[in-house]
Amino acid sequence: MALQTAAEIRALIARHKRWDVIFGVIGILCLSIGLLTFATLFVDMLIDGYARLRPEFFTEFPSRRAGQAGILSAWIGTIMVMLVTAAVAVPLGVAAGIYLEEYAPSNWMTHVIEINISNLAGVPSIVYGLLALGLFVYQFGLGQSVATAGLTLALLILPVVIVATREAIRAIPGAIREAAYALGATKWQVVQGHILPYSTGGILTGVIIGMARAIGETAPIITVGALTFIAFLPPSPIKAEPPFISFEWLMSPFTVMPIQIFNWTSRPDPAFQANAAAAGFILVFMTLAMNGLAIWLRYRIRRNIKW
Amino acid sequence: MSGTLITHIPQAMSPSESRLAHRASRHVKEKIIESILFLAALVSVFTTLGIVYILVSESVVFFRHVPVWDFLTDTQWTPLFDDAHFGIVVLLSGTLVSSGVALVVAIPLGTVIAIYLSEFAGPRIRETVKPMLELLSGVPTIVYGYFALLFVTPLLQKFLPELPGFNLLSAGIVMGIMIIPTVSSIAEDAMRAVPMSLREGAYAMGSTRFQTATRVVVPAAFSGIMAAYILGISRAVGETMILAVAAGMQPNLTWNPMEPAATITAFIVQVALGDLPHGSVGYQTIFAAGLTLMLMTLVFNILGYWLRTKYRERY
Repeated sequence: MALQTAAEIRALIARHKRWDVIFGVIGILCLSIGLLTFATLFVDMLIDGYARLRPEFFTEFPSRRAGQAGILSAWIGTIMVMLVTAAVAVPLGVAAGIYLEEYAPSNWMTHVIEINISNLAGVPSIVYGLLALGLFVYQFGLGQSVATAGLTLALLILPVVIVATREAIRAIPGAIREAAYALGATKWQVVQGHILPYSTGGILTGVIIGMARAIGETAPIITVGALTFIAFLPPSPIKAEPPFISFEWLMSPFTVMPIQIFNWTSRPDPAFQANAAAAGFILVFMTLAMNGLAIWLRYRIRRNIKW
Repeated sequence: MSGTLITHIPQAMSPSESRLAHRASRHVKEKIIESILFLAALVSVFTTLGIVYILVSESVVFFRHVPVWDFLTDTQWTPLFDDAHFGIVVLLSGTLVSSGVALVVAIPLGTVIAIYLSEFAGPRIRETVKPMLELLSGVPTIVYGYFALLFVTPLLQKFLPELPGFNLLSAGIVMGIMIIPTVSSIAEDAMRAVPMSLREGAYAMGSTRFQTATRVVVPAAFSGIMAAYILGISRAVGETMILAVAAGMQPNLTWNPMEPAATITAFIVQVALGDLPHGSVGYQTIFAAGLTLMLMTLVFNILGYWLRTKYRERY
């Protein structure tokens, strides 16, 4: 098909260019479907739950009467579980990341650990729940407690923390290490004095993203056997008499925000569903705030660090 | 004898010499720290071993009660009834149908978004949109479940009046939207890994952006895009809360997305919500279901991992 005239060629080019414009529009449409869904979800929760978003909602226990029910035990439970998760996942994840980047020889053992971490990141969260049910609840005898839930979520976000640590460490130029070694520093001195301080921002970003994921996880905690109706608080970690600190709360039964939302959502009464919407809005707001903080941190680090 | 030795050594070491002297404590400390860090790295391996051990050991007990053949071929799933049947196909159908719906939503949208962000959008749009998409995948799944049950289902019922309150369709659609960021970000990474020279070659031949994207970049990044799809499937198969909330928890052997049905994950949630004694057959059933789920996602993850390393190596 030989094109004879310039007019025909121009028409062909115009036709092909039209496809560029059409695809550009389709692309923006697809993006807006995704983002609009998110906006709808956020607004829908706010509208459904707006009437319930009052100070008493945070200071009341769950109740059989929807109008009096609150999320006191849920948000306190969430904070306690998150404390355990952070206390376990951060040191373990950072240590593992440091080992893999700075210490690990390149042998089969390291290879196994690396493949294993990327594989763990793809394991469905409910499988972690089954692990916790079999191992922590029954074999270790921790029961259905704050400690079990915290440990389960810690294992779940461990790959996120390890990967973030590794990426933050990898961004540090080799010259920094060489300079430290040239002054006679040992490996740990290099890590402690240089690698860790310079990668703190990146590690923090990863930790926040991991915690934002853990805070919304429902399935593994249900599998562990969290109760859905808790009208009391775990024992306080601070005591009036010496030794002032108590760890009884670790073994206490608990509930968390996502479980409370699940419980309210599955009731047919719309009044309870309004409670679910209000609690859901708070939960989405919390994860958004955490993710936003992480994105902002990442942006700041990128801007401030000039090696 | 010690007296003769002392005469050869200066009375006091100079400061620099004492600093350079070999100090065993320094090396012991280094070794201890290295071992601690190594143990921390091993925790992830023990996690995997723990998962495999728990799932397999409980499933072995389960398969002593229920023959593997019945598990795979029975068409009823009533583990908690007196007349117990254990046909995993029933739960598998729910999982496959809902994942199928999710893919019908996520693959076209995710692919178009990836092509758009990688080949059409300027750096400013890309840098603002990508974090927003990340937020989409950060929303807790229980919240998506609420959204599917109380927003999407009523909305769909306006067009499909016969749609039941619990159905696989709305759960699948919401799940699809949830996995769009997974699909689009991996596919976009794959397309960005295609060398610029290929695009420049296409432009030099007079291709438009659209032609370059569809005829050069997408075929070159094909294995990476497939990896994005497969990892999306793996997430959909393992998704729990959206289905437990919005698809109902009644086992139902169906291939129709307009019906309610339980998935493997929803069944585990349902059993865990009740009070099953440790060691009962019902209790072991969730481990057998979990093992099935784990094997499915493992196959997808390995395939996805393999495809990803394949495109990384090529250029």
